[in-house]
Amino acid sequence: MIELIDYGGGNIGSMIRCLQRLPADFISVETGDRISGNNPIILPGVGAFGSVMNSLRTRNFEKPLVAAIESDVPFLGVCIGLQVLFDASEESPDTKGLGILGGKVLRYKARKVPQIGWNRVESSQKGFDDGYAYFVNSFYPQPLDESVVLYQSHYETSFCAGVKKGNTLAVQFHPEKSGTFGHELIGRWIDAL
Amino acid sequence: MLCKRIIPCLDVDNGRTVKGVNFQNLRDVGDPVELATMYQDQGADELVFLDISATIEGRQTMLEVVKRVAEVLMIPFTVGGGVSSLKQATALLKAGADKVTTNSAAVNRPGLVREIAQEHGSQCCVLAIDAKKSKSHDGWDVLTHGGRENTGIDALVWALLAVELGAGEILLTSWDRDGTLDGFDVPLTKEFAQQLPIPVIASGGAGGPDSFVEIFGDGSADAALAASIFHDGMWTVDALKSQLKKNGIEVRI
Repeated sequence: MIELIDYGGGNIGSMIRCLQRLPADFISVETGDRISGNNPIILPGVGAFGSVMNSLRTRNFEKPLVAAIESDVPFLGVCIGLQVLFDASEESPDTKGLGILGGKVLRYKARKVPQIGWNRVESSQKGFDDGYAYFVNSFYPQPLDESVVLYQSHYETSFCAGVKKGNTLAVQFHPEKSGTFGHELIGRWIDAL
Repeated sequence: MLCKRIIPCLDVDNGRTVKGVNFQNLRDVGDPVELATMYQDQGADELVFLDISATIEGRQTMLEVVKRVAEVLMIPFTVGGGVSSLKQATALLKAGADKVTTNSAAVNRPGLVREIAQEHGSQCCVLAIDAKKSKSHDGWDVLTHGGRENTGIDALVWALLAVELGAGEILLTSWDRDGTLDGFDVPLTKEFAQQLPIPVIASGGAGGPDSFVEIFGDGSADAALAASIFHDGMWTVDALKSQLKKNGIEVRI
């Protein structure tokens, strides 16, 4: 039973519909006490780093989420769900991230920000294909440990578009909006549970 | 590298996809969900649905269409057509639309753009502008109400204001080109694409692959919307994209 974190931000509907299409069993959890520590977790969403971290902390998600990830519970993070894994973000300099992966989240130095649309993602880990994925983002992570990089992409500069370390998988793009490429990515993650 | 986006547009009237010229002689061309799936399978990057119903019942039916589309569609879609309040925008987004677009209502009350952007995020807020070459100044005028009214407002000035208010993208329809098959409006699109810090979706005049090659090249559009060439079966999205790729345009294939 997948635990889908709902911290009150936007966009959870599209992940819910994606899980219904697959189909996959899930429950929405709105506070940290509902994290069992045994079930796979999905952290979706869009939003500013600072306000999402505040929501996660206010709803007591921080401790149980970090504990679950560090005990190898399967985790899938999407968009802001990737960025909060890191130490900090240029978007909200006063807010600390979860610090599960070392590194900072940086803003694109491109003429048009945010990046909106489909971009090519290239895989650096086995079992994951190259493809095109849908992005709506102004920020991207820069992991200190390059071995966690799963996907690379390019928007006026090369950037990390996804990470995988053990059972922790997180992507900057929206797999639930990335056609069959995204649908299959989530499908394979679920099959592997 | 970020790809250029091909976006088919579907007009919906009382729950059915329709086709016609200037809202006359509307023909039922099918179920929106079936057509949406067909375009998705052809490789469309996004879809736009415009509600052209003029009735309250029609608006309610549109919400049902949005829900059904959202259940099956795996690519982003934008919904518009008479969106005139935050409440309406919210209902469409909750029903499953990824973005909403506003046009005439926003010209009448620009605060609507800010409300939608603040409540839901700029990425959900697409401002549609109908533009026509101005006779009174060097630039373009904003038209409203399906092109029936010329507001005399400078279209670029309006677009720049909309950016300040939080618009995430501009859907720019050339009224000079719309309905023709002579190609998109390159000078209009290029000016907006170069002056605005947000993506510009070109609309109006798509004839064939050449139209798209020039609007993505010289025109600098980030995306292009078309209706007739797809609905009439002149081109499928995948055949179009093949041609674009051959011409050096970065597209998702």
